[in-house]
Amino acid sequence: MKRLRAWLARLAGTWPSARRERELADEIESHLQMHVEDNLRAGMSPREARRAALVKLGGVEQTKEACRDQAGLPFVEHALQDARFACRQLARSPGFALVAVAVLALGTGASTAIFAFVDAALFQPLPYREPHRLVSVTESIAGLLPRTALSHLDYVDWKERNRTLESLDVFAGDGHLLSTAAGVAPVSGTRVTAGFFRTLGVSPALGRDFHPGEDAPGGPAVAILSHGTWLRRFGGDPATVGRTAVLSDVPHTIIGVLPPHFEFAPRGRAELWTLVRGTSNCERRRSCHNLEGVGRLKRGVSIAAADLEMKAIAADLERQYPDSNRGQGASVISLTEAVVAEVRPILLLLLGGAILLLVIAIVNVASLLLVRSEGRRLETSVRRALGASRGRLVRQSLTEGLVLVAAAGAAGAAIAAGAMRLLVSLIPADLLARMPFVHRLGLGGHALAFLAAVSVLAAVLLALLPATRSPGSDVRDGLAANARASAGLSWRRFASKLVAAELAVAVVLLVGAGLLGRSLERLLSVPVGFEPDHLATMEVAAPETRYDTPEQCVALVREVVRRVGGVPGVESVAVTSLLPVTFNGNTDWIRFVGRPYDGEHNEVNQREVGAEYFRTLRARLLRGRSFTDAEDATKPLVVVINRTLARRYFPNEDPIGKQMGDTSLSPGSIKEIIGVVDDIREGPLNAEIWPAVYYPFHQDAGSFFRLVARTSQDERSALPAIAAEIRRVDPDLGVIDETTMRDRIADSPVAYLQRSSAWLIGGFAAVALLLALVGLSGLVAYSVSQRSREIGLRMALGAERRGVYRLVLGEAGRLAALGVAAGMAAATAAAASLRRVLFETPPFDAVTLATVAATVGAAALLASYVPARRAASVDPVIALRSE
Amino acid sequence: MGEKADVWQGTLALMILKTLETLGPVHGYGIARRIEQTSGGVLSLNYGTLYPALLKLEQEGSVASEWGVSENNRRAKFYRLTRAGRRQLAKEARDWEQATAILARFLSPSGQRA
Repeated sequence: MKRLRAWLARLAGTWPSARRERELADEIESHLQMHVEDNLRAGMSPREARRAALVKLGGVEQTKEACRDQAGLPFVEHALQDARFACRQLARSPGFALVAVAVLALGTGASTAIFAFVDAALFQPLPYREPHRLVSVTESIAGLLPRTALSHLDYVDWKERNRTLESLDVFAGDGHLLSTAAGVAPVSGTRVTAGFFRTLGVSPALGRDFHPGEDAPGGPAVAILSHGTWLRRFGGDPATVGRTAVLSDVPHTIIGVLPPHFEFAPRGRAELWTLVRGTSNCERRRSCHNLEGVGRLKRGVSIAAADLEMKAIAADLERQYPDSNRGQGASVISLTEAVVAEVRPILLLLLGGAILLLVIAIVNVASLLLVRSEGRRLETSVRRALGASRGRLVRQSLTEGLVLVAAAGAAGAAIAAGAMRLLVSLIPADLLARMPFVHRLGLGGHALAFLAAVSVLAAVLLALLPATRSPGSDVRDGLAANARASAGLSWRRFASKLVAAELAVAVVLLVGAGLLGRSLERLLSVPVGFEPDHLATMEVAAPETRYDTPEQCVALVREVVRRVGGVPGVESVAVTSLLPVTFNGNTDWIRFVGRPYDGEHNEVNQREVGAEYFRTLRARLLRGRSFTDAEDATKPLVVVINRTLARRYFPNEDPIGKQMGDTSLSPGSIKEIIGVVDDIREGPLNAEIWPAVYYPFHQDAGSFFRLVARTSQDERSALPAIAAEIRRVDPDLGVIDETTMRDRIADSPVAYLQRSSAWLIGGFAAVALLLALVGLSGLVAYSVSQRSREIGLRMALGAERRGVYRLVLGEAGRLAALGVAAGMAAATAAAASLRRVLFETPPFDAVTLATVAATVGAAALLASYVPARRAASVDPVIALRSE
Repeated sequence: MGEKADVWQGTLALMILKTLETLGPVHGYGIARRIEQTSGGVLSLNYGTLYPALLKLEQEGSVASEWGVSENNRRAKFYRLTRAGRRQLAKEARDWEQATAILARFLSPSGQRA
């Protein structure tokens, strides 16, 4: 207590105070006066009296200094003194200070921003109770799909038979038409089993959770709102709970509102949550897969054990129901893994890039500091000669680094905050919904700790690099008249290493950016099987209560297509159940008539498309014909297959006229193949093409469909008119996601991730190259200035300017070659980690490597040309006289 | 005068506190003179060392200071003992007495028996 009090008093006393100084002086003076008076009384002469008093005191200044030390904390004072000194030194060369701070801030800011993403996505646990016990449970088809949707009947069996899970629940995507005062609004929803939120360990912020068993068939129609929807659509009114919401014409009682920060990445955009009852057409069939499972492991049970058990149950079901379950396995992985697996490699890649940028920034500033310390060589030598300890000088250079880093850290925090906001704003909404961790993003504890850590690291490196050399290991050398020549040489060797390292790091980043760029180029030039230009697309949802029968849906689609066809600029219109370049899935399990069948999994993409679909997309019909608008459920069932299906199942025969059906070839499922269309890319750009069947929409009509319109002019400008026309057909229709096919492809997750990482790494690489070139140019300029005497001598002895150029550029060229070679070696080693991210691009791409080497080489020569020219234009007379 | 003894580490504070207890509020010069007088001129006190020691005691809250006027009508800074200072003095005096008593027993011929 006493000690703390004293320490606080001294801390407060550390700040200089004029009053305290005056009082100290007064007190000493009054002490002396009293002593002098006593001495005079004792009979001394005035001069003697004062002298004796001073001797007894031990000196005025010494006493004052001892009091000052006691008043404050000398260590802190020295540090402040050093800081003030460093600030003065930096203020004396504001250009240097500004550049150094900016470079460091860029490095720390960029790496902190990327780290915050990595932290939010990969390090922070999912926001559920004991998230490590949560698992994602799905089926799998060996050799075809490692993870695929679960059928409801399988789910019921899995839930009953397993002993490893405390609970198992399922969810499925859903869409609703919400009746509002302003008409119907299409909203995204999720259906879940009653225990879903309890499994996650989340309780509603308002109202109640689903009761156990509330999801039984015939249970009450209830809904839980997401917090955002409650605020946006219901004004955040607490009385919303208990009210009725009409979803696709069915009244639902709102029973609860989820907490504000609730997130569930697989269904990020869900606005409301209703129940899976197992009563839908699909859910009554064991062969129809539409669900995903989320389970909570029992305490102490491993994921592997649960996986093993679920696979055993699946094998039992396979024996029990060979018709529907042949080849249906099971897969249990951690929920975290299921959520972040997609973004992990790219995020780690970006973090690696940002850290390289940081390294180059630190090296760059270190070499700037070196130049300065070199310029102050005489000064430091003089100070050492006058008795400054080496430790004190090192501490001063350390303080200078600290001051720079502190300023850069503050600026870096601002840059990081800005960069994060910018990056988030660049993510398309669709992808953002699947990355709910972004909402946890911010300059939180982890990010700030990271910033502090890299700042400390930077400070230590900045202090150590120049300190290893600067405070003149030999005082005499520093003071010697011709010091510059000898010192310059050893300094140049050290600085050359730094510059070569910078160039090497820049090369690594450039190679990475080049590879990503090539990969993106290949990804975007992947053949999609149709012409994506001039295509407007949107989704249309009709209320099921009024569009209940296939006939009603067919009539609606015919009307919508007819009316949209009349919109000015629209050339042709078609509908489809799913747009291309979305995902492989929504499959059908087919079997061919007249062929032996042993229950093999003939899993194919299934799409229901309108009559003009292939013509509108400009997909190539290879054989046979397409559908007509007249082909509805009253006509014989027909199917168009894609080229991959034809090649796989009809390698040496004409598929036209052949028949196929479901696994039991039930009479109502038999369809005749009438055409073969060239492969349309249904899945993501980087996925392989699956066999696909296209059924006439009218023969399997539904109330939810996508519309594609080919326009003669700009498709984007046609979107509003088309959407408006659809709403005019029936105001109760929901129209969502109006966008162009080009945007859909460019913003598809795989393309977006590739593009954003290519741009980011490209940006890092550009900055890194710039920094390295600045470093190189500075080094060459310094080296030239050091050797101006030598150059002058050479020229006086008859050397030509060309020779001088060769001398200087040769030195820069050797340095660049060293950096490029080291960078290439490092890039080759690092490229292996890119393998998972690159699309059809080998990590050792000769073109990329050659381009980078040429670019860096040319840029390096260009950067050294300016100082070389200055060297060549040296006047020998002046140069020789200069020392 | 023969050899003068230096002030032992840590005892200066105790001497100051005791002086303040005896004399009441007094200025630094007064304390210095008193300590020298009390030691019978055996102690060599560098007056300058008194002021950092006073400052330390003040920071610890054992003494308080105040500007006032001396007996010769001179402005001077007067120090006085605080309540905490009194407690500290009592404690340190006790400790010191104990330490010297132990040492005394060691050094006295009869101490070997104890």
